[in-house]
Amino acid sequence: MWRQWIPLWQPGLSPHSGDVDLLFAGLLIASALVLGLLFFLLTLFCVRYRAGNQTNRDDHVAKGWHWEVGWTTASFVCFLGLFVWGASVYFQIYQTTSDEHDVFVVAKQWMWKTQHPGGQSEINALHIPVKRPVRLVMASQDVIHSFFVPALRLKHDVVPGRYQDLEIEVDKPGHYHLFCAEYCGTDHSGMIGEIVAMESADFSKWLTQQAPSSPLADEGGMLFRELGCSGCHGNGSKVRAPPLEGVYGKPVPLSDGTSVIADDKYIRDSILLPRSQIVASYEPLMPSFEGKVSEDQLLRLVIYIKSLAGHSP
Amino acid sequence: MSEMNYLTADYTLKSWFLTTDHKRIAILYFASLIFFFFIGGAAATAIRIELATPQADLVSSDIYNRLFTMHGIIMVWFFLIPSIPNTLGNFIVPLMIGARDLAFPRLNLLSWYIFMLGGCTTLFAIFAGGIDTGWTFYTPFSTLYSNSYVIVAAAGVFIAGFSSILTGLNFIVTIHRLRAPGLTWYRLPLFLWSLYATSVILVLATPVLAITLLLIATERFFGVGIFDPRIGGDPLLFQHLFWFYSHPAVYIMILPGMGVVNELISCYSRKQVFGYKFVAWASLAIAAVGFLVWGHHMFVSGQSLVASLVFSFMSFIVAVPSAIKVFNWTATLHKGSIHFDAPMLYALAFIGLFTIGGLTGLFLACLAFDVHATDTYFVVAHFHYIMVGGMVTAYFGGLHYWWPKITGRLYSEYWARTAAVLIFFGFNLTFFPQFILGAEGMPRRYHVYPPEFQLWNVLSSGGAVILAVAYLMPLFYLGYSAFFGRRAPANPWNAPGLEWQTSSPPPGFNFTTQPVVTRAPYQYNRDFQAEPQNA
Repeated sequence: MWRQWIPLWQPGLSPHSGDVDLLFAGLLIASALVLGLLFFLLTLFCVRYRAGNQTNRDDHVAKGWHWEVGWTTASFVCFLGLFVWGASVYFQIYQTTSDEHDVFVVAKQWMWKTQHPGGQSEINALHIPVKRPVRLVMASQDVIHSFFVPALRLKHDVVPGRYQDLEIEVDKPGHYHLFCAEYCGTDHSGMIGEIVAMESADFSKWLTQQAPSSPLADEGGMLFRELGCSGCHGNGSKVRAPPLEGVYGKPVPLSDGTSVIADDKYIRDSILLPRSQIVASYEPLMPSFEGKVSEDQLLRLVIYIKSLAGHSP
Repeated sequence: MSEMNYLTADYTLKSWFLTTDHKRIAILYFASLIFFFFIGGAAATAIRIELATPQADLVSSDIYNRLFTMHGIIMVWFFLIPSIPNTLGNFIVPLMIGARDLAFPRLNLLSWYIFMLGGCTTLFAIFAGGIDTGWTFYTPFSTLYSNSYVIVAAAGVFIAGFSSILTGLNFIVTIHRLRAPGLTWYRLPLFLWSLYATSVILVLATPVLAITLLLIATERFFGVGIFDPRIGGDPLLFQHLFWFYSHPAVYIMILPGMGVVNELISCYSRKQVFGYKFVAWASLAIAAVGFLVWGHHMFVSGQSLVASLVFSFMSFIVAVPSAIKVFNWTATLHKGSIHFDAPMLYALAFIGLFTIGGLTGLFLACLAFDVHATDTYFVVAHFHYIMVGGMVTAYFGGLHYWWPKITGRLYSEYWARTAAVLIFFGFNLTFFPQFILGAEGMPRRYHVYPPEFQLWNVLSSGGAVILAVAYLMPLFYLGYSAFFGRRAPANPWNAPGLEWQTSSPPPGFNFTTQPVVTRAPYQYNRDFQAEPQNA
């Protein structure tokens, strides 16, 4: 890549953090040039044209449209360049492509709770393997929080009422700060943790050592029965409800003629607000589970339904 | 002082509290704002002392959160927004346009009473137990989770908003209707153009804040789901509404400062402002485009990426007119005859600090860098360079510049220059380290922080002590000069504006005879003597 030819170029800890640092350096250099020019002119004029200094002040100019057009255009062109540069890196940062290793992050006053697909859960810490993209699915139990890892130059708000996807990847093993960046009440500054990046082998060892209670999908399946979901959605039930096997990731036809992809967000919404998007040819019978299930439980239900993706209805 | 002026016209309390004279109302505002400035400043000092060490030692987290909330609310709504418009603007606008008063003198007095009602309501909220939401009142924290006086504080801000609307309305009508004969739009001093732009924002944006605060009260009181997702609301809706007001409010806070700087640069360079029309229209361009950039506060909130793209682009666009102004001010100095009186020191400081604030604003408008820097001390440093380095510096500059007109007395130039230099160094020492803290990743609104951030925090806290002392100095030398200073002539600074053509302090109705304007503003002859606008 051409960037390795830049003097003092550091690749950064993640695929994108180096790009952000380069952008920062570009912004610093551009600003330094502007400030340097401005301070030079201010100093020059203040010294040369100080009152009492005998110097040539004839024919001073009061206006000049070519000057105005000149510096307006110059500013605009520089700004446009910075805008395009910043936007292109932004789109790379926020794209989520991998579906490899989902970690669920629940933020609540004032802690980060993270859960691996195998059921291993952590408080204020997140262990991840290096050099592998990890997709985070984040939810908040109460107010707005923000998942911020300065070392990765990465941040995303965790807004209650919706899932946020964020992809993180670390190239070097180590311990990195995890901060809550959105003010969330009394112990906001105590809502900190660490990202622990490990070599793949170490990470696998760590996962097995954690002795999970049971995989999240199994727990979700238990909840599915406890909450009575299986009464309608299960095989052979009397009430007619859409079967959930093989649904995840597929388009679902809706009663209003449109369709949606059955992703995490759709399943979550369907549990909490079942009447907002009715599956075509079904009656709106399902009660809302708003307030009856916590974010932790919701995540397990979603994972359970996801685990049914391979089954045929 | 043989002739009567507005200060000596009457000495009773009633003559002050029921006055409709814009000059006396300006003094009422001035006294109230000093009070609020030092309350907000005390909170800031406590915050900086607490942050000198990584641990919690001075106050608890609950108190710390109340301190920064109080600092923000007081400084934004009860100092910065009314600062230049309601004190200097109130005093100077009718004088500058050759009028006897503002268009609606009684409305002007009413707006002060409304402001004080709002201020007292907010002070009650602060002293009854405080507010811990931050000045931004983000939902659902403010509506369902915070156990503090949110509704009372919001009511205070809501009430004060009406004062803003009335002031804006008054200025717009005054500038349209009461200009002296011959004072065409392009002969208006640029201070009036910027106040006009400010007033447009005040009138158009403040109602949105009022609506937003009412919605908060509705959700908090009646549990109607507007912002809280658990009852069917949307937390981001609040941010859209809030920033639709609060970003234009940033321009309410900086445009008047830019206006003052035009007057200072021109007067102390003895030269007309370079590119007058470009500077005038830049103010209106900022006011207009400023309404279209609010989403740049939400780049990491999960709003659509396309929305972020548009808001980022508009944020770069709104920086263009500001850049135009900075270049024109610099060009104004060229071939001038520059005097370094205290107001000019403030004006030069303004150009430097505002430019740093503006450039770092571009850093934050730049999407990918904002992902890292938003909600860190980088943002704190950036907006303090604009608000304090820009607006407060311009306010102090304007205050010194018009002080002889307001009080009829001259202050000590030595102390004024010393304070200006001290403010400049104290300010930079306080806020420059915060850029570094932010770039290193220290989040804002943190009561305790990891120890590796301590060095820069100590520097910042040290600067804050210098800054606090420097801000106290004018209280003494200006206060002293108001009673014991040398008497000021009508035009001590050799300035051509109409306000300098009447006596200092001006008589009750400003001018003994109606001035007739015959030339553009800021005119100086070849010997750098002012050519008054009405001669």
